[in-house]
Amino acid sequence: MTLVARVAAAKAAGNLGPLVDVIPYAKFLGLNGTVVDDELITTMAFLPTNIGNPALPALHGGTLGALLESAAIFQLLWAAETVVLPKTITITVDYLRSAAPVDTFARGVIVRHGRRVANVSVEAWQDDRARPVATAHAHFLVMADS
Amino acid sequence: MSTDDDDQARRERRAQWNRMFAANVPHNVALGIEILELGAEHAVFRLPYAAHLVGNVETGVLHGGAITALLDACSGAAVFGALAKPQPIATLDLRIDYLRPGAAGKDILARATCYRVTRNVAFTRAVAYHDDPDDPIASAAGTFMLATKLGKVGGTP
Repeated sequence: MTLVARVAAAKAAGNLGPLVDVIPYAKFLGLNGTVVDDELITTMAFLPTNIGNPALPALHGGTLGALLESAAIFQLLWAAETVVLPKTITITVDYLRSAAPVDTFARGVIVRHGRRVANVSVEAWQDDRARPVATAHAHFLVMADS
Repeated sequence: MSTDDDDQARRERRAQWNRMFAANVPHNVALGIEILELGAEHAVFRLPYAAHLVGNVETGVLHGGAITALLDACSGAAVFGALAKPQPIATLDLRIDYLRPGAAGKDILARATCYRVTRNVAFTRAVAYHDDPDDPIASAAGTFMLATKLGKVGGTP
């Protein structure tokens, strides 16, 4: 199945299952996603292997960065302006709060989608969306290799 | 005359960090991260290539998120190496530039340097690479809060 077909299947299903199926690392992290109130919400299920600080305990910063980057890519694929797998050019993650060992959610917003580059801003939260645990902004290359 | 003591202290610090790392950071264990070097102000970590870390099954290249975790962990270790006294730290922000695609089937190494420590914040630079740090896959700039409460950032209201 092509990427375009997988995106179509994901949209028909209303969840990211068909995409996550071909991203082993997304499965390793416990990523999935569904449409809630017309928004694509990417979820990272709590897994003991995602812990970075067992004393608190808190999730590893790398897992939050991966969630934010993935949510941004899923949003670009979902928006359908992108028919190639976006390549991350640069991503900046701000860590705002320690992330508890519970499910984490993320939502990407496409700030600008140009012909070659897209800018996406992403927020991740846990029990309270008004209190994000981490945010990111990123640039992606969205043109096919020539 | 203190060289032997310094070496001894460094070895002990490294051994202690290794133990702490191996036993206490589940995500690093899950990623298979290995510590290759841990000195004052710098650290070298290895992320072994593994099928479950692949981001794109068509190319077999590792997911950027795994590189993020590697760079975060390695940069934090460089801060630990630079601190005069052990204290909890927490990543404040991390910017990663992806310079070129990684190659399928190859381990990724990270080399991080803590180049400045202030009262509250430490600053790091890092690169991720296959064989040569001068030919990096990604580069990173990080800031870390020092003396956090058990590594907590932001705090409770």
